[in-house]
Amino acid sequence: MTSVLEWEATSNPVKENRAGIIGKAVDRYEGPLKVTGTAPYAYEVTPPSPAAYGVMVSATIARGRIAAIDAAAAEASPGVLLVWSHENVPEQGPRPPLYDFFTPFPRPALQSDRVYFFGQQVAVVVADTLENAQAGADLVKVTYEADSQAVDFHAHRHEATEPDSPPEFQLGNREMGDFAAGFAAAPVRIDDVWRTPLQNHCQMEPCAATAWWEGDHLTVHCSVQTVRRNQIALAATLQIPPENVRVLTRYVGGGFGGKSAFYEDTVLASLAARALGRPVKVAFSRQQMMHGTIHRPATEQRVRLGATPDGRLTALSLMTTTHCDRRGFFTEFSSLFVRNLYAAPNRLTGHSVVKLDLPVAGALRAPGEASGTLSLEVAMDELAEKLGIDPVELRIRNEPEADPETGKPFSIRQLVRCMREGAQLFGWDKRNPKPGQVRDGRWMVGLGMAAAIRGNILFPASASFTVDADGVITVRQGMTDIGTGAYTVLAQIAAETLGVPLGDVRVEIGDSELPPAPGSGGQFGAASAGSAALAAGMNLRKAIAELASNDPASPLFGGPAGQVTFQDGVVAIANRSERLADLVRRAAPDGLTAMGEVSPAADSGDWSSHTYGAHYVEVGVDTVTGEVRTRRMLGVFAAGRIINRKTARSQLTGGMIWGVSSALTEGNLVDPRYGSLINQDLAGYMVPVQADIGEVEAIMLDEVDDKANPMGIKGVGELGISGAGAAVANAIYNACGARVRDYPITPDKILAALG
Amino acid sequence: MRTTITVNGEARSMDLDTRTTLLDALREHLRLTGSKKGCDHGQCGACTVLVNGTRINACLSLAVMHDGDEVTTIEGVGAVDGLHPMQVAFLTEDAFQCGYCTPGQICSALGMLREVADNWPSQETQDLTGPVRLTNDELRERMSGNICRCSAYPQIVAAIRSIAGEPA
Repeated sequence: MTSVLEWEATSNPVKENRAGIIGKAVDRYEGPLKVTGTAPYAYEVTPPSPAAYGVMVSATIARGRIAAIDAAAAEASPGVLLVWSHENVPEQGPRPPLYDFFTPFPRPALQSDRVYFFGQQVAVVVADTLENAQAGADLVKVTYEADSQAVDFHAHRHEATEPDSPPEFQLGNREMGDFAAGFAAAPVRIDDVWRTPLQNHCQMEPCAATAWWEGDHLTVHCSVQTVRRNQIALAATLQIPPENVRVLTRYVGGGFGGKSAFYEDTVLASLAARALGRPVKVAFSRQQMMHGTIHRPATEQRVRLGATPDGRLTALSLMTTTHCDRRGFFTEFSSLFVRNLYAAPNRLTGHSVVKLDLPVAGALRAPGEASGTLSLEVAMDELAEKLGIDPVELRIRNEPEADPETGKPFSIRQLVRCMREGAQLFGWDKRNPKPGQVRDGRWMVGLGMAAAIRGNILFPASASFTVDADGVITVRQGMTDIGTGAYTVLAQIAAETLGVPLGDVRVEIGDSELPPAPGSGGQFGAASAGSAALAAGMNLRKAIAELASNDPASPLFGGPAGQVTFQDGVVAIANRSERLADLVRRAAPDGLTAMGEVSPAADSGDWSSHTYGAHYVEVGVDTVTGEVRTRRMLGVFAAGRIINRKTARSQLTGGMIWGVSSALTEGNLVDPRYGSLINQDLAGYMVPVQADIGEVEAIMLDEVDDKANPMGIKGVGELGISGAGAAVANAIYNACGARVRDYPITPDKILAALG
Repeated sequence: MRTTITVNGEARSMDLDTRTTLLDALREHLRLTGSKKGCDHGQCGACTVLVNGTRINACLSLAVMHDGDEVTTIEGVGAVDGLHPMQVAFLTEDAFQCGYCTPGQICSALGMLREVADNWPSQETQDLTGPVRLTNDELRERMSGNICRCSAYPQIVAAIRSIAGEPA
C-alpha cells in the first residue's frame, strides 16, 4: 500500500500543471448537450423498440397491511398490459432484515402485504401509453388494515436509544475529560436546544428508469449517483449474475444523496420489461419523490458551551436526537463534526435515534454538518455575544493546534485564514454587535457569520485511458456526474496528464461496463475518480513512451522512455519529437489503453483531513411582516487544489443557497394522522427560487492538501451548505434581535420572538 | 384526436389522446425530450416552452388545445453546432449544474425578455404604465417560475444579463 508521504513527495502532471489546464475556469464538458436539451436523462433514452409505461401506486397509511387489492378495473382499463402488487409480482431477492446504505443488497419492490410508511409503493400498472398507465393506476383499489403508528418525532423522541449502526461509524457517545464537571465549573455557559425539520432533496429530475432485455441480459438507464454498487444490488434483486446487468446513468438531474441507490422504478421497469418482452419505463411523480425516496430526518440538538471570560472553551457538547424508519439504521450524524472543529478540554458528543413509521431516512447533502452547524455555529454566536467578544475572534481563540480529540496533525487547516479574509472582503468590521441598530427603510439589516467544515474521503477507484490514432484521449470510468462537474474535471486531468488540448479528450462515464469508481456523494467524487484517472493517465504515458522508444520509425527511437515529455499533443525527448497522433497511427493503429487505480493510503488515517470555510451573510428583516431577505453572501473556502474554478464555484454557491433555504424555508411537516408529509410538492416544499437569492460569492483560497490524495485536491460539493444556514440565523439576530432555534426561521416565529 | 402543431418551424401532425399534455406530446410522441418533466404540476418550470412566442408550462396544457399553434422548444432555440446566444451565455456563465432545469430556464429567459420588451409589468414593476426597466429585482422576479435546485441562480442572472444588457 502507498503512503500519504509518498503522495506528498511525488510530483505529477496535475501538480506541475504545465499547460495550465488544472485550476482553469473551463466550461462544462457536457454543457452544449445540456443547454440544447439533447443530453438524454434516464426516462429519455431511446430504447431499441417503443417502451411501455409504468405508473406506481403508493400506500396511504403509515403502518399496517394490505388487506385486499382489487385490480380488476385496472386490468380491464384500455391499454393496460399488467398490474402487479405483492400478490403477483415476480420473485426477487429478499431484503435483509436490517439494511444499511453502504453495502449493496437486494431492494425488491412490492414484496409483501406489509406497509412500513406512507408512500411506500404497493402496486404498478404498465400500459401502452402514459395516459393509459396513469388511468389504470387510478383504478387500483387498495384496502388497508392500519396498525397503531408512531410518526411524531417530538412526541416520541424521549424513546430514542443509541444508534444500532456499525461501531466504526462512531455515532455513540464520546466523552473527553469530564464534561459535566467542566461545564458546571465554567464561568460563562450556553445551554440551548435547536430543532431542524425533515428535509427533502427535491432533485429537479424525479427518479426514473428505462429498461430492456436482450436474451438474459438487462440494460437499464436509471437516475442514480453510483454505478457499480447499483449493478450489484439490482442483480441481487433480480437474482441474476451482475455481468448480466448493465446500469447506465450518463446524465443525472440532481442527486444530493437521494439517488445513491435505485428505487422501485428501476426494479419494476426491469421486471416488467422481462415479463412483457418489450422495453418499459417507469418514473416517480414529484409527490412520490417526497415520500418514496429518502429524506434528511428531523433532529433535536442540545448544545452546551462552557467558556472562560476571555473566550476559551472549557466544555463543548452537541448531543443529537433524530429518527429513522423502523427497518433502517441511518443516523443524521449532526454531532460528528464537533469532534474536529474547536479546542476544549472537556467534550461530549453523541447521537440517539428513535425509530418511527415514517419514510426512509437517509443522506442529504452534507449529512451531519448541514444540520449540526445550524445549532453549534449559532451557539458560538450566542456565546460571543455573552462574552462581548467578536464572533470571528471567539472562533480564532478556540482554534486547535491538532485534531481536538484524536490529537492527530491536520493535513492542512486554513479555517482562520478563511474567516479573516472573509471578514475583510465582506466588511465585517462595519457590523454593529448590538442587534436591531441598522435600518434601511422598512428593513432591519444585520450581518452574521459562521464557520464551515466538512470531511475529506478517498474511496478506491479505477479508470481506463485510451489514445487513438487521431491522438484523442478517451477517459472511461464508471463514474457519475450529477451536476458536479465530473465530466469536466476528468477531461482536464486527462488533458494536463497527456499534454493534449482539452478538445482532444473524450469522457465516457455512467456505465457499469466501465472501470468501477465510487460515483458521486460525500464530496469524494473528484478526489477518488480523479486520482484513478491520474493513475491511468500516468500508465498511458508510460505505454506511449515505451512505444516511441521502441519504434525504429520514431524520432524518439532508442531514447530513454523515462524522459519522454508530453506537451501540445507532441511527445519529445529533448529536441527529438513527433506528434502523438503520428506515433500512435503508425506504431499502434488500434490505439493504446492503460488502466489505473487508487486506494486510500495505508497511513491516511494518521492525519485529520477536512475542508474548511467561513460564511458571511447580510440579511434584511421586514419590520412589519418578519420576512427575511438575504441581501448578500460571501463564502471563503479552503478545499485543496481546485481543478476547475468555474464548476467548483458553482457547487459552493449552490451549497450556500441551500444553506439559506435550510435556515429560512425548507422543511416537511408530518401529518400526525397519516404519517404523510403535508407539503409534498414544489408548491408546498419551499426550495429557493430566483427572487429569494441576492448576491452570492464564493472565493477559494489557494491551497494544496498533498496528504489528501496524489493530486492534493478535495471536494466542495458539501462544504458550501455547511455553516451557511447558521450564518443566516446569526444575521437575523443581528438585524432584529430574534433568536429562533426552531428551523426553518419563518416570519411567524420571528414576529413571535420579537413580541 | 388529430392535432397539428408547428413545432420548431415544422408542422407535426399527431393522433393524440385528449388527456395528453403538450409536454408529453413533445417528449413521448415527437421525441423532443429537451423539455423536462420536473413536477407535472406547473410548479417548477422545467417544461417551459414558447407557444406563439409566449412562455408557458407545457405540463399544464393539453396538446389538443394547441392545434394550429407554433411551439418553440429548446431544440428549436439552437443546436450544438449552432448555439443561440442565450445558450452560449448559460454555458459561459455556468448557469446550470445538473442541466435538468436548463432548457426551461433558457426558454423562459427568452420569453421573459420579450415580455419586458412588450412592457408587461410584474410584481416588481413600480410604474405599471411606463416602459419596464429590467433591474435585477425585475429579472429575479420574472425568472422565479423556474426552479434550479442546484441553485445556479446568480449565474442565471449573469447569463441573462449578458444578453439583455444593463438596465437603462
